Amino acid sequence: MSVCTSRSEQALALHLVTLTQAGLPLVDDPWAWLAEQLQLSVEATLALLKGLQADGAIRRIAAVPNHYRLGYRFNGMTVWDVDDAQMPRLGRLIGAQPFVSHCYRRPRNGSWPYNLFAMVHGRSATEIDSYREHLRYLLGDACRADEMLVSSRILKKTGVRLPSTALDQGA
Amino acid sequence: MPVHSLERRLIERFQHGMPVCAEPYREMAQQLDCSQDQLIACLQQMAERGRLSRIGPVFEHRHAGASTLAALAVPAERLQQVAARISQFPEVNHNYAREHHYNLWFVLTGPDRPHLQQVLDELEADTGLTPLDLPMLTAYRIDLGFALAEAP
Repeated sequence: MSVCTSRSEQALALHLVTLTQAGLPLVDDPWAWLAEQLQLSVEATLALLKGLQADGAIRRIAAVPNHYRLGYRFNGMTVWDVDDAQMPRLGRLIGAQPFVSHCYRRPRNGSWPYNLFAMVHGRSATEIDSYREHLRYLLGDACRADEMLVSSRILKKTGVRLPSTALDQGA
Repeated sequence: MPVHSLERRLIERFQHGMPVCAEPYREMAQQLDCSQDQLIACLQQMAERGRLSRIGPVFEHRHAGASTLAALAVPAERLQQVAARISQFPEVNHNYAREHHYNLWFVLTGPDRPHLQQVLDELEADTGLTPLDLPMLTAYRIDLGFALAEAP
């Protein structure tokens, strides 16, 4: 959080993280609630949020659905062995597909030949199969091999959460 | 489970971003042509049914540390036990069984790269299995949500 130059600003930002990381309360004015907790004016609180967002410490401020509970129970980690020279263009193209939630370039590694990862989500096995086909079509000859790894079980899934002790350390 | 139309419109409109202004739910309700009460009731209902993960800031914790995607090829009869061991690490925030030779996939997050290396080494010593270590090189899309396809 490099936007926070002074120690007290950093403490404030950490306090904001611990207050909001599990979600805002569903009250008429959640930012006024946050301002009260932070002992700031609403204007200063909104400015702090916008500053953290501009700095990249906040990725987005949004309503985050649980896609699984909305019926999107199928996900596939598609992995692709893509020509390195074409990666910048193709990575962006794949990442821009509306059914892709994450798209990363990762290193090849010994027995692991795949350098492009794209997560696809759908409501049926057929649906995610069709997304994979579409990605294969988009990559064309630039792709030498691919696989789709479907999840058989979620064993652990938690957002990265700062422990509340981080607040004490920051203060 | 059909997605109620206000719920659908709410997700499509605001999963990438919501207004950062005083009384944001009022502004959101205006954009969706409903009342603030209806909007809050919809969010409440979604939350109660587990359909809303949360509303508010999504933090970029990568700024503060390091992370990597790791995988293990675990013999089927040991999968349960190894998975439980992996999930115990506080550095592990996602752990999925996947149908592949590499059948256990997890994300490690920590303060810096040496810390992650230490966890990977510990893990290998514990399980006798060598993890694939696949840190992100470039992000082309990061969890911005995805479009809901038209209901079938």
